[in-house]
Amino acid sequence: MARPTSAGDAGGDAAGLGRGRAVAFVLPALALVGVFLVFPALWTIYLGLTDYRLTGLAAAEPRVVGLDNYTGALADPEFLRSLWLTLGYVGGSAIVGQAGLGFTLAWILRTRRGRLRGLVEGVVLLSWILPSTVVGFLWFALLDRDDGTLNALLGTPGLGWLLDHPLLSIIVFNVWRGTAFSMMLYAAALENVPPSHLETARLAGASVPQQLRDVVFPLIRRHVLTNLLLISLWTFNDFTPFVLTGGGPEGRSEILPIYVYDVALRGGELGAGAAVSFLILLINLVIALAYLRLLRGRRREAVHDAAAKGPPA
Amino acid sequence: MRFPSRPATIAAVAAVAALALTSCGTGAPEGGGTVTLTIAANAISGGKNSESADWIKRWVIPEFEKTHQNVKVLFQPSGVDDEQYKTKIALDLKAKAGADVIDLDGIWVGEFAQAGYVKPLAEVGGAAVESWEGWSQIPQAVQGLGIFDGKKYGLPQGTDGRVLYYNKALFRKAGLPEEWNPSGWQEIIDAGVKLKAAGVPTPIQINAGTAMGEATTMQGVLPLLAGAGAEIYSQDKWTGASQALKDVLGFYQRIYGGSGLGDPKLQQEAKGRDKSFARFAEGEIAILAEGDYFWRSVIEPAAGVAPMKDRDQVVGYTKIPAKEPGAGIRGQDHTSMSGGAVRVLNPFSKNPRLAWELLAFMHSADATTSQLAGQVRISSRTDVNDEVLAGDPMLRYVADEVLPITAFRPGLAIYPQVSVLLQEATAEVVAGGSAEEAAAAYQAKLEGLVGGAANVSG
Repeated sequence: MARPTSAGDAGGDAAGLGRGRAVAFVLPALALVGVFLVFPALWTIYLGLTDYRLTGLAAAEPRVVGLDNYTGALADPEFLRSLWLTLGYVGGSAIVGQAGLGFTLAWILRTRRGRLRGLVEGVVLLSWILPSTVVGFLWFALLDRDDGTLNALLGTPGLGWLLDHPLLSIIVFNVWRGTAFSMMLYAAALENVPPSHLETARLAGASVPQQLRDVVFPLIRRHVLTNLLLISLWTFNDFTPFVLTGGGPEGRSEILPIYVYDVALRGGELGAGAAVSFLILLINLVIALAYLRLLRGRRREAVHDAAAKGPPA
Repeated sequence: MRFPSRPATIAAVAAVAALALTSCGTGAPEGGGTVTLTIAANAISGGKNSESADWIKRWVIPEFEKTHQNVKVLFQPSGVDDEQYKTKIALDLKAKAGADVIDLDGIWVGEFAQAGYVKPLAEVGGAAVESWEGWSQIPQAVQGLGIFDGKKYGLPQGTDGRVLYYNKALFRKAGLPEEWNPSGWQEIIDAGVKLKAAGVPTPIQINAGTAMGEATTMQGVLPLLAGAGAEIYSQDKWTGASQALKDVLGFYQRIYGGSGLGDPKLQQEAKGRDKSFARFAEGEIAILAEGDYFWRSVIEPAAGVAPMKDRDQVVGYTKIPAKEPGAGIRGQDHTSMSGGAVRVLNPFSKNPRLAWELLAFMHSADATTSQLAGQVRISSRTDVNDEVLAGDPMLRYVADEVLPITAFRPGLAIYPQVSVLLQEATAEVVAGGSAEEAAAAYQAKLEGLVGGAANVSG
């Protein structure tokens, strides 16, 4: 892929608009970005430096307290626990669960046509398009300790899934909830793998794992990384588990978005909540940059490979 | 789940948007044209505080509209946990929006006033406020629910008291007396042991943990603390890890620390309190500490959320005993805690005078009597109480026996945070920690919260 021509190239005015008109066209978009994206972000940073509260004296006259909120959060064992829980949640439900199950389904279904495929895709998609609160309560009803459907099916009355295995419960829930996206993305990616390549590999005696490793993954690597980037960020900011466990029992499923809610709205500490939100923003940036770096690294390699081979005849 | 943005913001925006939508109608000018007033309460037909919601819709609104032409009154119901309702109202008022007449728990008045979300009634409603006929009917102690820093911010709706409820049928089964009057904590434990032996799954429910929120503090820690001789705030100091607090946590440990007398998981569940109601109604919990709310709104035979058809025959009630006779605050043998809801005016109301008229109307003798026709409770008005309470021996009992020995929470803005620390301390015990450890952790957090050991006693 060619890089765009660099700025400062005097002859680069391809549209023939001239500088003034070009700026005029871009301005509305920039204004929107500024008002709805940049300003709230800066405002969050400012709030994070104050002791702003939802109620009480500090709601009327917030004072600037410097970095106290940040040092307070980083030293708070609950924040650190919440961070680990979130990483476990993202790793378990998004990277292993959704991506793994999504790929498996896409791989199994790639050669199937007709009813079975339609049925599986329909069911998986349905779990994705239902409103969050609805599925949240459905899962609550499924896993509930007293009258839960799962306990009725297994004949284990009184087993508190949400209490004894809160993190596992929300991980399984989110795998169920979000697999559709990965499945569809991988299904589309697998369409791009030429059947002749797989056929050749099979004739050469490659087993399925070998086919996946040597034929499929090199071809869909970009899709895999893009998918992981998106679902990691979504899952990191996911609030739906709140409907299932409310972050409990005693914080054992309190992933970061719920922690922020707890601090900022339930506890009323809007300043501290803003600081934690900003920390979450930074963590998200780190994750995004790591993936983008991987993607770019791949891209450069691909360009090198192409250059080495020379242009096709 | 697919929101690529911070959920706290989304929650806040959604809450504000939801309320902004419902309050759109308040924009009409005073006089001329139709004016809309809105009432907000944590009550909803067929759910939480159903009777209040029905009263507002079926009595208040039509009666008020009858005498006020061109005024339209809307009701904005909620049926959620108190903490969620509080957040919603705070966000509302922060955005200078919201209903004109708003229900608040009396304990929130201080922090809302400090934040500038509510203003003294006289400032909002004008001169008519001071000359209202109702003031003389409301006892000073009850008026205190709506007072902060010496100013009246809200009209109290009534007050309440806390008792131990017990299931007489289960008591009979366990060979315990049907007229039960425990004189100390040991007798509660002893009864629990006998009930357990008689096959009652959960003999005792004393609210604990953070999921129950203020219900843990109000129905559990504070009455027990008073029974151990201490108040949470006295002489300008907060009670730390004193012997009294350790006794309270020790009592929790005896119930939830492996004895099987209480159900620790119920304290951790997101809907634990509602479930405890249902279990009591089903005869699976034998002893439960609650306010009179439980009697009139939860197990009420017709409209309760966990109705008990045979409530009047089966459910007994008794005062919460002190640790030992005479060990309570002021040397009392029994203790209780009281609170109560108030109604405030929205200082950002477009029609503040009219809003006051509506508020005063809702607290008139007629209105109070009509409300009590649907649901007997201890109202704020003495004139009405004298008439109505005769019909319900339980509420008469609270008014006559419990209110004289009760205590109130400190009306300070920082109190809710102290309350959370108390909930966390009980949560630690419920999760299997020792009372000593929980008390020490509480002490450390309390010192950080209230500004050092100098403000902590014990």
